[in-house]
Amino acid sequence: MAQHKINYLQDSGAAVKLTTIDKLVNFGRSNSLWPMTYGLACCAIEMMATGASRYDFDRFGTIFRASPRQSDVLIIAGTLTKKHAEFMRRLYDQMPDPKWVISMGSCANTGGMFNTYATVQGADRIIPVDIYLPGCAPRPETLQYALMTLQQKIRKESIFRAHKKKRLV
Amino acid sequence: MRKYTPKDSVQRQSYFSDRFFVTPPVPRFNPNSDEIFAKDFAEIDYSIQVKEGYIENNHLVIIIDKSFLISCVKTLKEKLEYDMLIELSAIDYLAKKDGYEIFYEFLSLSKHRRIRVKCFLQKDEAINSLTPFFSSANWSEREMYDMLGVKVSGHPNMKRIIMPDDWYDHPLKKTYPLQGDEAASWYEVDKIFGKEARDIIGPEQRDPAAIDRYDTTRFARLGHEVPFGMDISQFEPETSISYEEEAGNTLVKKLKPEESVVLKRRR
Repeated sequence: MAQHKINYLQDSGAAVKLTTIDKLVNFGRSNSLWPMTYGLACCAIEMMATGASRYDFDRFGTIFRASPRQSDVLIIAGTLTKKHAEFMRRLYDQMPDPKWVISMGSCANTGGMFNTYATVQGADRIIPVDIYLPGCAPRPETLQYALMTLQQKIRKESIFRAHKKKRLV
Repeated sequence: MRKYTPKDSVQRQSYFSDRFFVTPPVPRFNPNSDEIFAKDFAEIDYSIQVKEGYIENNHLVIIIDKSFLISCVKTLKEKLEYDMLIELSAIDYLAKKDGYEIFYEFLSLSKHRRIRVKCFLQKDEAINSLTPFFSSANWSEREMYDMLGVKVSGHPNMKRIIMPDDWYDHPLKKTYPLQGDEAASWYEVDKIFGKEARDIIGPEQRDPAAIDRYDTTRFARLGHEVPFGMDISQFEPETSISYEEEAGNTLVKKLKPEESVVLKRRR
């Protein structure tokens, strides 16, 4: 639509606003991030606290969904054991694109203090991670900040060009 | 209590010698020193051959041969009212004695007494399951097998309880490395992606302090995001972080305190 037509419509009182497809779609995506109801260890307690009324994830449009088919954010909240790794990967594969991953806490980032035979040394060996959130366990404010950072990251993405994941497999 | 040793110069020493707690010996008493234990011990000693028996920490400890285990447990449960199996497990003596020491803890609620039965098992032998007498033995024996590799015969559901079914080796053995053997270190990669993905994913990073500042395949600095795998050792571009309301979004507005109204009292 040409600029003079927009001016004409706006002058006659119509609510017309110009934007790009990227901005419009990313506005929708970033403000309705639905994480999966999925906790692994003590970080899940903090995640639940963040979702509850005091810190209130809902005001970011972030509503926990009980199915990977309906969610687009995976918050790895806790220690990922080697036994559980394949289930985590299966849940990630079941999520529809576009999807993002927040690795919450030291255990999910690097294995943390569990430098043992049974713990995956960093969830990024299994799935591509977008935000690494440090802390043991991170406070609810920190998880909120990670979510806001993820929103900023999404707003900068192009919707037509699939952005390259940090992991090859 | 452990004897105190000054630890002022511990950092300068190459090896901290006072590393492991050495249990002080606990005094042992004759089974006849307790009235109830004396009767129980006599009853067990009458029916089976007991190698050794003493009272330690208010427990009657009896050491038997593994062939007498079932008859001993039968006597304990049916005649002597020891009606709860609190715990059973094994201790790895593979290096010292080429076998496991297996212990069973029994509790009598009517007598307020505890008995510990110990027996020794050679490496390739199997121990009889106590599941027909005590249901609590079911999971404990599975754990004993899973963690230490002790074979149990006559168990209704003999499989691993904690580690995955296709796990190699038994992790609580003294010879098992803490950070896992080769099979353990590649377990999740082999299972999910297959062995051919080992080269792509690479070995586990076991150094918790390792961060490569210029690794753009794994990390992205906030406010300095670059394309995948770009070389940033010479130059690192800056990408501004902006909030949605600053970019002039229609629906999201920044709060201006001077335009907001503060209510004097609650409505």
